[in-house]
Amino acid sequence: MTMMDRKLDAEHPLFQVQGLSKYYGSRIGCADVSFDLYPGEVLGIVGESGSGKSTLLSCLAGHLTPDTGRVIFDTAVGPRDTVIMAEAERRRMARTDWAFVHQNPRDGLRMGVSAGGNVGERLMAIGARHYGEIRGQAIDWLGRVEIAADRIDDRPSAFSGGMQQRLQIARNLVTAPRLVFMDEPTGGLDVSVQARLLDLLRGLVRDLGLSAIIVTHDLAVVRLLADRLMVMKDGRVVEQGLTDQVLDDPQHAYTQLLVSSVLQV
Amino acid sequence: MTKMIAITDLSKSFVLHNQGGTVIPVMEGASLTVDPGECVGLVGQSGAGKSTLMRMVYGNYLSAAGSLFVGSLNVATAEPRQIIALRRETLGYVSQFLRVVPRVPTLDVVAEPLLALGAPLDQARGRAASLLARLNIPERLWTLSPTTFSGGEQQRVNIARGFAHPYPALLLDEPTASLDAVNREVVLSLIEEAKARGAAILGIFHDEAARDRICDRLVDVRAFTPKAA
Repeated sequence: MTMMDRKLDAEHPLFQVQGLSKYYGSRIGCADVSFDLYPGEVLGIVGESGSGKSTLLSCLAGHLTPDTGRVIFDTAVGPRDTVIMAEAERRRMARTDWAFVHQNPRDGLRMGVSAGGNVGERLMAIGARHYGEIRGQAIDWLGRVEIAADRIDDRPSAFSGGMQQRLQIARNLVTAPRLVFMDEPTGGLDVSVQARLLDLLRGLVRDLGLSAIIVTHDLAVVRLLADRLMVMKDGRVVEQGLTDQVLDDPQHAYTQLLVSSVLQV
Repeated sequence: MTKMIAITDLSKSFVLHNQGGTVIPVMEGASLTVDPGECVGLVGQSGAGKSTLMRMVYGNYLSAAGSLFVGSLNVATAEPRQIIALRRETLGYVSQFLRVVPRVPTLDVVAEPLLALGAPLDQARGRAASLLARLNIPERLWTLSPTTFSGGEQQRVNIARGFAHPYPALLLDEPTASLDAVNREVVLSLIEEAKARGAAILGIFHDEAARDRICDRLVDVRAFTPKAA
């Protein structure tokens, strides 16, 4: 993407969330969340377990239906509220414009299908039929996520955790989505593998002009990956802003506690 | 001439919510300007607020009141995405510490600001290579991550990264602190070249000889220290 494209694109939000709430009975899942996400931006969402960040991500990605609020995506035909969109249309969007990277690659991959099949399947789901082209694109994407072409016919069960996670990313990005949801994408990986994955994600976000929403409890990950940060506690956003500003000059008591609790290496 | 950096009546305090809500006022009535092609040095003893002011200009610390213009953007009230664009295109920052994704090769660490602006990979790496060579980082280290480098080498990588894109405004936090005479000279020439092309520079230089050579004016930040009530 050229500089010019990026500037033009950046004028309109890609994704707008307004007054989103989700209750489990009388208990708050997440409450009154609002934000705009622009093309090319990476938003990090942090908070401790039970803070509502995963509930929020599920509502944003359409896996859960919020009780109130709007989740507006800038589709090819203009901004649409995905909450009230027909199920079939939302599913099509989840396969094309959106992608979801799960913490556990097993939740995002088909373990009984070859690596190439995992990547090709998403292409076929949007209508690709030419076997040679599908295989060519699959090899290209395996290369981008640093999986050797000679592993294309192996099943993901034969891969290490880090490779599985990279395969899940390839499977998600092959259809050139514009918005990627990630739930603890580096969780459960060795730190050395995490670093490589972070670098890969940063490069992909930059080169493809992707927007991403990343839920994690790892402040080091958001510092390196996210442009903006949202801090959640008890289902509510207590603070949001530029990532390094929120981490270096936190305003809310909870964020100050969170930042000061990190062990220094 | 239009000011590149214009700070007016800026103030800030820290509120420590987890330490009894202690309020620490750290700055009051800070005002200064930097013209294009000018270098202004911040002076004042340790803890007087030099770094705090630099961080506020970069949008890393929030401002409580006052205005803080870099070009046409008031950083004190700007949206995060406006500050992100400002940092990408207009405002560079050479901090004292290198913070990078581990395992990324030095050459790519330095090329990154150009890639973020959409420059082609070979062009960005070419510029990175010439800066690293000029700063005497041996070529055999370029493919390695700078996280394992010595303090002086890391600082030079940081400087190369900060000078990769010709930012119209630059913040320099002790750019010559841990450098030998040869590399100190290279860095001072880089700063002089940036001034010559019209960059507005705000810096902290404990190295007095460097300060005398580079800075057109000095601002003593003790004038901005809040008076005890």
